Amino acid sequence: MNKVQEYGKTQMKDELLEFRAGDTLSVDVRIREAGKERIQKFEGVVIQIRGTGADKTFTIRKVSQGIGVERIFPIHSPSILGMKKIKAGKVRRSKIFYLRKLRGKAARIAEKREN
Amino acid sequence: MAGILGKKLGMTRYFTEEGRSFPVTLVEVTSCVVTQIKTIDSDGYDAVQVGYFHKKESKINKPILGIFKKANVEAKLGLTEFKGQMTLMDGEEEKPVEVGSKLTIDQFQAGEKVRIRSKSKGKGFAGVVKRHHFKGGPASHGQGDKLRSRGSVGASSYPSRVIKGMKMAGRMGGENTTLRDVQILEIDSEKNLLVLKGPIPGAINSTVRIWK
Repeated sequence: MNKVQEYGKTQMKDELLEFRAGDTLSVDVRIREAGKERIQKFEGVVIQIRGTGADKTFTIRKVSQGIGVERIFPIHSPSILGMKKIKAGKVRRSKIFYLRKLRGKAARIAEKREN
Repeated sequence: MAGILGKKLGMTRYFTEEGRSFPVTLVEVTSCVVTQIKTIDSDGYDAVQVGYFHKKESKINKPILGIFKKANVEAKLGLTEFKGQMTLMDGEEEKPVEVGSKLTIDQFQAGEKVRIRSKSKGKGFAGVVKRHHFKGGPASHGQGDKLRSRGSVGASSYPSRVIKGMKMAGRMGGENTTLRDVQILEIDSEKNLLVLKGPIPGAINSTVRIWK
């Protein structure tokens, strides 16, 4: 481990939820507006996980009122107060950008079943 | 004046408690020692000469080695000067530096803004779009080969020459670049680490001059 990675460790959270692309997550985000703090839930499909160490981020996509919304979160951000896996998706690739082109029923992801 | 030399280690991410995130550059500062103090009386100007990084004694030529021997410090990779006078905090007291004084990152404080100078990465022979941020030419409407060209370099029969300093293609990078107001986000005195906000010029392992 080099010194940059070592320093990165100090910025990282100790425990993280394990998830992969295709999973449906619900993320509790701390939002500060007009001097007040509140928690907003962002729920959608993980379409990408990239980076390593403190620089790791993931992208969540959801379709809100017919419009696709994507949000990128640094996985170790203190603004993320909680994460919950709602569904484990069965996909074959690590970046599921093809989901952007799909609408409605076609945009569903098969659920992974634990045998 | 406070100054020091360090080594760029690389970049990573930094989070504040409120959840803001910044890209940061890590600089390791090791073994900076004052080797000579120049004064107006003896040298015509005030400066503090500093040796930085470690180097094998057998790898240094004798005139340079003589400077380290005279100052009674271990052999160093290089020498540099900081103009003006320098003071160090000795407990509560502020004292002028002496030959042999070790310079550490304790000269700086987290949150402070400093200046940075380091040698940028060499870009080779670069065109005007990359080197001087020219716009280049239009891509279509019958323009054959003008996409990244520079346009005119001047008038015709008068002055019948290109004016000196005209921006053209050429060697880019590999030169000292100075940044002002670079914020120090964190200082780790134990590991001799400076955490600087944003990128700094140069490749990993290059020497970085930090002063304020």
